[in-house]
Amino acid sequence: MKLNLKIWRQKNANDKGQMVTYPIDGIDGDMSFLEMLDILNEELIIKGEDPVAFDHDCREGICGMCSLFINGEAHGPDRAVTTCQLHMRKFKDGETIFIEPWRAKAFPVIKDLIVDRSAFDRVMSAGGFVSVNTSGNTIDANSIPIPKHDADKAFEAATCIGCGACVASCKNSSAMLFVSAKVSQLALLPQGKVEAKDRVLNMVKMMDEEGFGNCTNTGACAVECPKEISLDNIARMNREYFGAMISAE
Amino acid sequence: MSKSALLKSSIAKKYWMAMTGLFLCLFLVGHLLGNLQLFTGTEEGRQAFNEYGYFMGHNIFIKIMSYLTYASILFHAVDGFLLTRQNIKARPIGYAKNNAAANSSSSSRNMAVLGSAILIFIVMHMANFWWAIKWSSTPFPLHTIELDIPSQMPGAPQQKQEIYYTHDFSTQPVPKNEDVIVKNKTELYIKSVDVKIGEGYKDMHSLVYAFFGHDKSKHGFPANEFALLAVVGYVLSMLILAFHLNHGFGSAFQSLGLRHPRYTKIITLTGKGFAYLVPLAFAVIPVYIYLTK
Repeated sequence: MKLNLKIWRQKNANDKGQMVTYPIDGIDGDMSFLEMLDILNEELIIKGEDPVAFDHDCREGICGMCSLFINGEAHGPDRAVTTCQLHMRKFKDGETIFIEPWRAKAFPVIKDLIVDRSAFDRVMSAGGFVSVNTSGNTIDANSIPIPKHDADKAFEAATCIGCGACVASCKNSSAMLFVSAKVSQLALLPQGKVEAKDRVLNMVKMMDEEGFGNCTNTGACAVECPKEISLDNIARMNREYFGAMISAE
Repeated sequence: MSKSALLKSSIAKKYWMAMTGLFLCLFLVGHLLGNLQLFTGTEEGRQAFNEYGYFMGHNIFIKIMSYLTYASILFHAVDGFLLTRQNIKARPIGYAKNNAAANSSSSSRNMAVLGSAILIFIVMHMANFWWAIKWSSTPFPLHTIELDIPSQMPGAPQQKQEIYYTHDFSTQPVPKNEDVIVKNKTELYIKSVDVKIGEGYKDMHSLVYAFFGHDKSKHGFPANEFALLAVVGYVLSMLILAFHLNHGFGSAFQSLGLRHPRYTKIITLTGKGFAYLVPLAFAVIPVYIYLTK
């Protein structure tokens, strides 16, 4: 399989950056997208050029490190997969493929296709946790009865891997799907209800301060999410926020 | 109430967008119900519509609702502008290739553009009708009717008398002659003794028929030579409104957190129906007026 790659190259955070074209040959349909990039990088190293920098870690779709905006969609044209799970058989022989980093003010480019997603970490630090007493008498979570229905919904929200595809896909670079998943996974459980009001207020405040855009409810985030996080979570966060806004002290 | 409340946070801004938007949807229904009376071009239809217009202009509840509507339009527009400005700032560098059509509807991605077009329409619409009826310095023709005067002698030609159709019509008809003058736009006075003898109806029905009518002058309103342009512009504006509502109606419920597996389907269906049927009903009226003789 022969391909024409158009890849965003940017030396560092201060460099202006540009799209550079790389022709590549000998790509098999069973390769993953990242393997294809590995082959390109080997060729570049042999030629003595700087390899393309991109994020990756587990390569089995659970860590959320691999990003890449491929042919105008986060993680490429396939649904419910990360880039490491995207197979080259999804592309045609001779196709031109655009590969770009996530684009958002809150996700500045570090190098080439790697962006700084620490804005998500700061949103989590603002309230995405449950405060527990670690003095030795911590209650086992399984001893608290939780309705199966709620546990399932909380688990579905918790499958968010924080990859940032929602931000990348949103026309406003809004982080509402990520933040709402993180708010929901705790708001649905008894352990999380104690700090629910402060959590939603603080996380949304941090989300706004980090420079993410507002939610227009286009639904693009949920379509592109590799873990199929539902828009139900955004509605839940909107409810949680309203309750907290009018009653918090 | 927390400090982050009301207008500062992204979510609160969306609450306001949703609430003003849904209020304006209610306004559309009310406005449409009034406009549907324009389907009758007969004298009865004219009377009914002008009486309705008088009621709308003289009812305290309607007045409160109208100020709420103006405030909602302004707030919706300003809030939308602030949100859009932030959204643009949130992505300083765009994508070289963005296949947005794969994951979202075009109306959802163009709400600001559609909304701006609707705002331009509202300004023109109010200049054409609201301003002309309420504030224009040129005198606004009042509703007059030609009445048959019974002949004194058998066989004599039938005579006609033009009279004002007045608010207190039941008690005394007000003849239209040199002795009767109009003060304060609608009040009818006898010139010589300066006594108020009635209050006339503004002829809004004829204004609309002359504006959209095909080369029709109506009861003192000149024919609009750009009537076709006005009809086409109006229909296009309603199409834009339909696209705006297509996303806006359902989106408002989502912003307010009103989403539930049991009701979301109903909200979506109602939204689609509302988005296309309401603007369609609005658009049919000027087309009907243009096509009828």
